[in-house]
Amino acid sequence: MANNWKAVGRPVRKKDAMQLLLGKPAYVDDVTSRDCLVVKVLRSPHAHALIEEIRTDIAEKVPGIACIFTWKDVPQKRFTMAGQTYPEPSPYDRLILDRRVRFVGDAVAVVAGESEKAVDQALGLIRVCYQVLEPVLDLHTAKDNPILVHPEENWQSLCPVGADNRRNLCASDTCSDGDVDAVLADCDEVVEHTYHTKACQQAMMETFRTYAEMDAYGRLHIVSSTQIVFHVRRILANALDIPKSKIHVEKPRIGGGFGAKQTVVAEVYPALVTWKTGRPSKMIYSREECQIAGSPRHEMELHVRVGANRDGVIRAIDVYTLSNTGAYGEHGPTTVGLSGHKSIPLYTGNLEAFRFAYDVVYTNVQAAGAYRGYGATQGIFAVESAVSELADRLGIDPVVLREKNMVREGQIMSAYYNEPASACALDRCMAHCKALFGWEEKYPVRDMGNGKVRTAGVAMAMQGSGISGVDVGSATIKLSDEGFYNLSIGAADMGTGCDTILAQMAAECLDCSVDDIAVFGADSDASPYDSGSYASSTTYVTGKAVEKACAQLKENLCRIAAGMLDCDVDEVEFAGRTVKKLDGTDEVSLFDIAAKSMCGNETAAQVTVSHSSPISPPPFMVGMVEIELDTETGQVDVLDYTAVVDCGTPVNPNLARVQTEGGIVQGIGMALFEDVTYEPSGRIMENSLMQYKIPTRLDMGRLRVEFESSYEQSGPFGAKSIGEIVINTPSPAIAHAIAHATGVWHRTLPITPEKVLRGIQSSRK
Amino acid sequence: MEIKLTLNGRPVAASIAPDTLLLDFVRAQGCLSVKRGCETANCGLCTVLMDGTPVLSCSVLAARAAGRHVQTLEGLQEEAADFAAFIADQGAEQCGFCNPGFVMNTVALLRENPDPTDDEIRAYLAGNLCRCSGYEGQLRGIRAYLNSKKEG
Repeated sequence: MANNWKAVGRPVRKKDAMQLLLGKPAYVDDVTSRDCLVVKVLRSPHAHALIEEIRTDIAEKVPGIACIFTWKDVPQKRFTMAGQTYPEPSPYDRLILDRRVRFVGDAVAVVAGESEKAVDQALGLIRVCYQVLEPVLDLHTAKDNPILVHPEENWQSLCPVGADNRRNLCASDTCSDGDVDAVLADCDEVVEHTYHTKACQQAMMETFRTYAEMDAYGRLHIVSSTQIVFHVRRILANALDIPKSKIHVEKPRIGGGFGAKQTVVAEVYPALVTWKTGRPSKMIYSREECQIAGSPRHEMELHVRVGANRDGVIRAIDVYTLSNTGAYGEHGPTTVGLSGHKSIPLYTGNLEAFRFAYDVVYTNVQAAGAYRGYGATQGIFAVESAVSELADRLGIDPVVLREKNMVREGQIMSAYYNEPASACALDRCMAHCKALFGWEEKYPVRDMGNGKVRTAGVAMAMQGSGISGVDVGSATIKLSDEGFYNLSIGAADMGTGCDTILAQMAAECLDCSVDDIAVFGADSDASPYDSGSYASSTTYVTGKAVEKACAQLKENLCRIAAGMLDCDVDEVEFAGRTVKKLDGTDEVSLFDIAAKSMCGNETAAQVTVSHSSPISPPPFMVGMVEIELDTETGQVDVLDYTAVVDCGTPVNPNLARVQTEGGIVQGIGMALFEDVTYEPSGRIMENSLMQYKIPTRLDMGRLRVEFESSYEQSGPFGAKSIGEIVINTPSPAIAHAIAHATGVWHRTLPITPEKVLRGIQSSRK
Repeated sequence: MEIKLTLNGRPVAASIAPDTLLLDFVRAQGCLSVKRGCETANCGLCTVLMDGTPVLSCSVLAARAAGRHVQTLEGLQEEAADFAAFIADQGAEQCGFCNPGFVMNTVALLRENPDPTDDEIRAYLAGNLCRCSGYEGQLRGIRAYLNSKKEG
């Protein structure tokens, strides 16, 4: 769409870029007092046990220890740590400390002391006598297992998500359109397989961390690395069983989130210590704690059936997802929905019927949470893999098969809550990516003559833009001295650059420079309400709130100016640095309007607008990968990853591009080496970055990212979202390329060299 | 124990516990740019220069820095700002938490090899993890800086 934007669509430098690059103090541990209690948690060595006796008397004698809390010291009302809009779909199944421990790493006691050394010493002196119980470790046997993860009477599910703690069920549902069994029976070809993805870690560079203190008003002041300041307030009040009014939450700069910080992982512990002792305290999660007691991706197993005619018309898709929420249900009922609702609609083109059913089960492993992609990543790996295999069986080029069946602009997506693909450039993304990547040349398997082969794979993806009818974004915009603006938001910039792109939108609306917009966020006392930064909502939902707020502010400024010009408000118009009379005879400067707003004025030079959207327009994307596979060792190197994205209007092309590159590399890690495995006891093996290998600069090959923009009418300046979709294509594209190279489909992630080699060897037999 | 060292050009004398890590020591001295990202010397976030050589301060005892010159990003602001602006122009700083470590290592790289190839840059910085950027933008930034120097 042609436009004359001055700020939107420009590669503006992120407002905090230089401060961050030069290492200025900006994060929780930099900007809060060092003179506070150190908080740590004693963690369970057992996957399932009851605490029979816990002795803290010796530990309390360690010099410098301020307090030790056990299950006897905390409120007995259950809550969820999931950062979601109330009433939360995630069940209320937590206590801060529980007599029953449910995974290796579950909290047993909270210790606070004046030094880390004292706390470490005290942790070693707490004597716990456990009644060790048999755990449920296999997600396949969890449902209706006689061993219950949550047998407690006060377990509670607030929403009708099909949860039943007496069956180890966190959620369960089925939905469908058409007779999927009948259509599949009538198809010439049906691909049917089971796919398995692991509980991958977000591995943001800044671990979970929270500072707590009592402020001058006797309220609990929390400074936390969180994506959800308002949800943190509610969750802490629930956990401590105190009024919401007693809590104030703010976030400084955040060292990465990726959804991990959409769960209240660390906050409850220092909050408990400070509320009980009145003393400031801080909890800094270790990397090991992040790995074993964080909020990783839900492990999922997906059973997929895709049916098509010989000519390549995909007629029906049937998906059953078994999701493992682990010991607690954070985001369990909601992540699973995306595994079908954001994979099946990609093939709306000729789809006659679909069915999507799921069970989400409790087991005695680390509780899962929200991780970029939020279930769509798992679903798209499965469905896209099945479609590529279908292409293989039908002897149709996988790009051609997709072009034949993909969702097109204007179609109603039955599997996506009957929402329309109102803005969809997926077809253009495919054509563009195919040409940019060189699909015709790279897809054929090429023997490099040294035991290595090269080939390519492809995948499509979609996501949403916020949660339809739920997410609320708000913006407060205010004219200040000399005519600059303050923009206050409750969305959380976690490095993504939302502070900057929202300022770009404000600058566009107010016809000023991005430098004239000072952004503040996020603070539960000072910011207007925002659900928080998750579900790919900030650009689309909060962005629209910014646009609407600016429009209203201009009206107010015109009213003030009309008073100054002694005319009717209908006779003036906003013109950026001035408000002018329509007849051109007079004007007042923004500088003077700002001065007037602070002297004898009764018209607010500030407005707050909230916005919510009844729809969640999906961004779309195509990713193509070229790999080199060593048939002697099974090693797979990514040579070239090319992606074309339709995020609507890229508000800041630089930041959208880096989001995409970052998501792709995270996805490459998930596809090839980020594994989560357990000892028979339920202990996680990959408990450090030594074992849990995330991609380095040497693991990602060449990345090329371009955009094919659609224009989403309901979004700000036509924008949709970018944050999550970008992690969804690598797993299916890489699995596809490996299958094309070796003839072996790998349906369990990650696809390590050992698996590739074993696959090659078994196929030779 | 007592140690004396030079921290960002300033003489420092301190009384420390023998097992104090250099990372915790420099943060206690106010050098908050130095970050901890893991406990296993895998992430590169805590990189500082000791007598000009990059070291992981999480794996060096503060006592080992006695008599040495230690530099953190606080002491190299101008040298870093030179090329950091080019990374900012790519948006590749992202969350920023890994930035000080990789900026320190880039300082060391460019002192050692003022005209590195892309592969040399990737290899030198391989130990500096970043979860946000996908690395490519950081490389584009460093490349743009090197090109701008050549163009003078």
